Amino acid sequence: MITEPVISLVNAVLFILLAPLAGGLIAGIDRKVTARMQGRVGPPVLQPFYDVGKLFEKENMVVTVTQHFYVLSYLVFMIVAGALFFSGGDMLLVIFAFTLSHIFLVLGAYASYSPYSHIGAERELIQIIAYEPMIIFTAVGMYMVTQSFNVSAIVNSGIPIILYLPGVFIGYLIVLTIKLRKSPFDLSTSHHAHQEIVKGVTTDFSGSNLGKIEIAHWYEYVFLLGVVYLFFGFSPVIAVAAIIIAYFLEILIDNTISRVKWQLTLRSAWLIAGTLGIVNLGVLYYLKGVIMP
Amino acid sequence: MNDLVFLIGFPVIVALLMLLVKDKIRNYIVIISAIALGIASLYLLIIYFNKNTVFFDIPFEPTSKIMFIIEILLAVYILYLGITFKKYFTVALILLQAGLLLFLEMGLIPGIEPVNNLFIDQLSIIMAMIIGIIGSLICVYALGYMETYHNRHADIKDRRKLFFFILFIFLSAMFGIVFSNNLIWVFFFWEITTICSFVLIGYSRTPEATNNAFLALSMNLLGGVAFIAALIYIAIMDPSGKLFGLDSLISSGYALAIVPAVLICFAGITKAALMPFSSWLVGAMVAPTPVSALLHSSTMVKAGVYIIVRFAPVLALTTEGFIIAMVGAVTFLLASGIAISQSNAKKVLAYSTIANLGLIVACAGVGTYNLMWVAILLIIFHAIAKSLLFLCVGTVENRIGSKNIEDMGGLIVRMPKIAMMMFIGMAGMFLAPFGMVISKWAAIEAFITAPFGLIFIAILAFGGSFTVFYWSKWMGKIISVMRHQEVVEDTVKKEKWAVLYILTGLVVGVCLAFPLISTYLIEPFIMNIYGVTTRLSQANFAIMIMMICLLLIMPFSMLFYRTGSKHVSPYMGGRTMESEMRFSGTFGTMRELSLSNYYMEKYFGEDKVFYIGTLLCWGLLLIAGIILAGVVL
Amino acid sequence: MTYLKKSPWVIHYDASSCNGCDIEVLAALTPVYDVERFGIINTGNPKHADIFLVTGSVNEQNKEVVKNIYEQIPEPKVVVAIGICAASGGIFRECYNVLGGVDKVIPVDVFVTGCAARPESIIDGVVTALGILETKRLAMKEKGNETMDKSGSAV
Repeated sequence: MITEPVISLVNAVLFILLAPLAGGLIAGIDRKVTARMQGRVGPPVLQPFYDVGKLFEKENMVVTVTQHFYVLSYLVFMIVAGALFFSGGDMLLVIFAFTLSHIFLVLGAYASYSPYSHIGAERELIQIIAYEPMIIFTAVGMYMVTQSFNVSAIVNSGIPIILYLPGVFIGYLIVLTIKLRKSPFDLSTSHHAHQEIVKGVTTDFSGSNLGKIEIAHWYEYVFLLGVVYLFFGFSPVIAVAAIIIAYFLEILIDNTISRVKWQLTLRSAWLIAGTLGIVNLGVLYYLKGVIMP
Repeated sequence: MNDLVFLIGFPVIVALLMLLVKDKIRNYIVIISAIALGIASLYLLIIYFNKNTVFFDIPFEPTSKIMFIIEILLAVYILYLGITFKKYFTVALILLQAGLLLFLEMGLIPGIEPVNNLFIDQLSIIMAMIIGIIGSLICVYALGYMETYHNRHADIKDRRKLFFFILFIFLSAMFGIVFSNNLIWVFFFWEITTICSFVLIGYSRTPEATNNAFLALSMNLLGGVAFIAALIYIAIMDPSGKLFGLDSLISSGYALAIVPAVLICFAGITKAALMPFSSWLVGAMVAPTPVSALLHSSTMVKAGVYIIVRFAPVLALTTEGFIIAMVGAVTFLLASGIAISQSNAKKVLAYSTIANLGLIVACAGVGTYNLMWVAILLIIFHAIAKSLLFLCVGTVENRIGSKNIEDMGGLIVRMPKIAMMMFIGMAGMFLAPFGMVISKWAAIEAFITAPFGLIFIAILAFGGSFTVFYWSKWMGKIISVMRHQEVVEDTVKKEKWAVLYILTGLVVGVCLAFPLISTYLIEPFIMNIYGVTTRLSQANFAIMIMMICLLLIMPFSMLFYRTGSKHVSPYMGGRTMESEMRFSGTFGTMRELSLSNYYMEKYFGEDKVFYIGTLLCWGLLLIAGIILAGVVL
Repeated sequence: MTYLKKSPWVIHYDASSCNGCDIEVLAALTPVYDVERFGIINTGNPKHADIFLVTGSVNEQNKEVVKNIYEQIPEPKVVVAIGICAASGGIFRECYNVLGGVDKVIPVDVFVTGCAARPESIIDGVVTALGILETKRLAMKEKGNETMDKSGSAV
């Protein structure tokens, strides 16, 4: 008989080993699809791996050595957050670890004392405060439906969470745009050929540090899409389909909407959290016992 | 029993000594008595942690007579000051309060003989530890600080004798508040803290300081009036005087206890500087930094939340309790917002304090058992991290001559050790896996099961993200590496370092030791009151310990990277950055690079948000007042 | 295994070009030529770049900038001078403030001719540069090993 802690541990290890592969592939497919949408051929699907491989071949160049520390911490705590999530840990703890890792990225950008990194850092912070309430509402919503903050309990509940939390799900998709650094919310930095005030938060990172940031992004992708899975946890097939559709939508939004100012990002994210999120949760709360299992 | 009397009485003796001795001897006395107080509060912990509530029968008279005389003398003193400075609102309040006090003491109290006047339980132990350890550390720190302060501000008259006298009286009064079971005594000590804070805030005697001191005084007197109204109500309802005992009042049930509870909680709200009374705490920033640290972390405002936490079982699941909780929650949200717009380090700390006190009151007001657990946890974590931050800011201010966050750029180069300590202190305030985030996390899990908890969760989610913003940008400022700056921290005194090291150690240590604190102090306390208790699950706790260890290990990765990195200047759009942060601008001019943070004045401007908060909170208090009037009539 | 050749990121700097060559550089990124097929990305940030594309001649005003950008690109790196102005100063060579080609300030690895250079030749130039980039990478690696050996023996 395999006990629960063992399963959790195995899941965590699997996440640590496989998430970069999956994340890198997702990034590759993303670039390919984006290229097709723009009428281009696009890079090979494995391009993100080549990029990161190359970054590790480059010279070790920094503005200050503390950058190494912040980037490493960013990566490590991103892995911690994701591993906690996939081992079925407490959703809120996962969110706090996730925030912690991003704070390290922001600090890394602040550390170099360059105007471009600085603006990137401020904008990254604005993004963090823009999406955080909605992510907390997501966790709270899942608790209200399944009576647990534990990811394992949420997945195993067998409840079609999406039916109870449609508003929260839409809200989550919108903050997902912020998290995946997609237009219209790619303020602090963005992926592939996009530029934003040079390169925003990553401006003063180069070589292996930049590579680590990319790897952290891969882990992040897998974690964020894992949350999408939770909404459809009752049926793995539907869940995977939902993830694919959700991601495709993100790419479509990325390629069809232009970037907005930070003020609008902040306002719209909070408005979404404040309306869709809270109204959805309020209805659930009010109808507790009526529609709840 | 003697240990309690020692903790209340010993600081008074030290205080009297402070009036007599000169600089050199003062240093020794303060350090020795700080150690004594620290050891005494630890002793208290060891003796009483496994005993539940223990009562002590100190005779009511003549102690009460002495207290009464002191109160009247203080009232006369304030009356004199109020008339001298033409602060007629304060005068009116003190007259009202003195009148009510006379009515109570002359008309109602004679004939009663309350027993069990002192007591100790786990909450008192926790508070005593905070006062005894953090409070006395701040006193030690004040020695060096005040010396530098007077060297820098030659225009301010050196009244350090009075200063240290008041500091120790303050500690004594705080011990008095947390150990008194008799509400009349609690009120006495309560008034002492009000007057102590008045003197300390007005220490420099500049017009600004005087005004702010009177502001603090009148707001706290307003609370005092509510407090005394509660006492009169109790005396009228129960002429035997038995209900003056905190324990019997709390266990007397909703019908009897709710009116005094709400009135005393109103006093608590004024003392804890929640909106609409937050302006006194912000104004108190004119005082020397150790005073701010003392008012914010271990004394004064903690007295306010202490009393509300005490009454939480009465408030639990009542409309009145909900309204008080809402005042706290609104304060948390708006004060966190205002903190974003502030560039003065002490003001950021002040608003952060107000916000956290709001959160504590929100938890205590709703008052379910698991929220009570969170409230006590918040009190502990906040006291330690906030005192560290205040003392760090004070040290920085003394070195660089500014308390503006924008001037703290590159602190990691100029004052590496202080910057690291500030970093840890701030992490303690908003980053996982440190204390405040543990509490926030537990608060979400607790609110979700409470009635109308969703409102609080929403406020917590938004307020929490404001918190992340203002701390991170400040953190970013101090850790940005600006080259060619000289190190200016080697002139900091030894005893200051000792205090700062101890506090930094405590920030981390308490996070590691918190399951012990929870198991041996908080859980039995809650078990006693509610019959159920709560805790963090073992698995989650193990994860948190791992995260803390990881965080402590991470900086060592720097050793690995120490060599082999090529250094370049930050990217400046192709411009060459020269030494001292200068770059060649247009037309061959050299320009200096300076970066500053976002403050979002448009969204979180102090005046606007404070106005909204005042309206909302007065409105809430008004509703509470109407309900209360309904109960009384 | 080398990834450098599969993921060359460029930074494009207009020294004092008439914009003819710049338009052609950007044309290479459009769907018609789509250099992202080869993993080429215009990063806009020297710290992320491997290949430095310079158009136009170098003058007194921008020589500092060209040098600065070059220094901020981490090794291994190559410089591609695009168009005749970048090679020799072109028709601006005689101007009072023009120093001449890019090679007056920084070492250039590939010259792409033309006025303006055609996208095909720009891509050809970049592909040639990739070969040089690889040689430089190997040289850097060898040097790195050497220094490591030296420090090892010293210990």
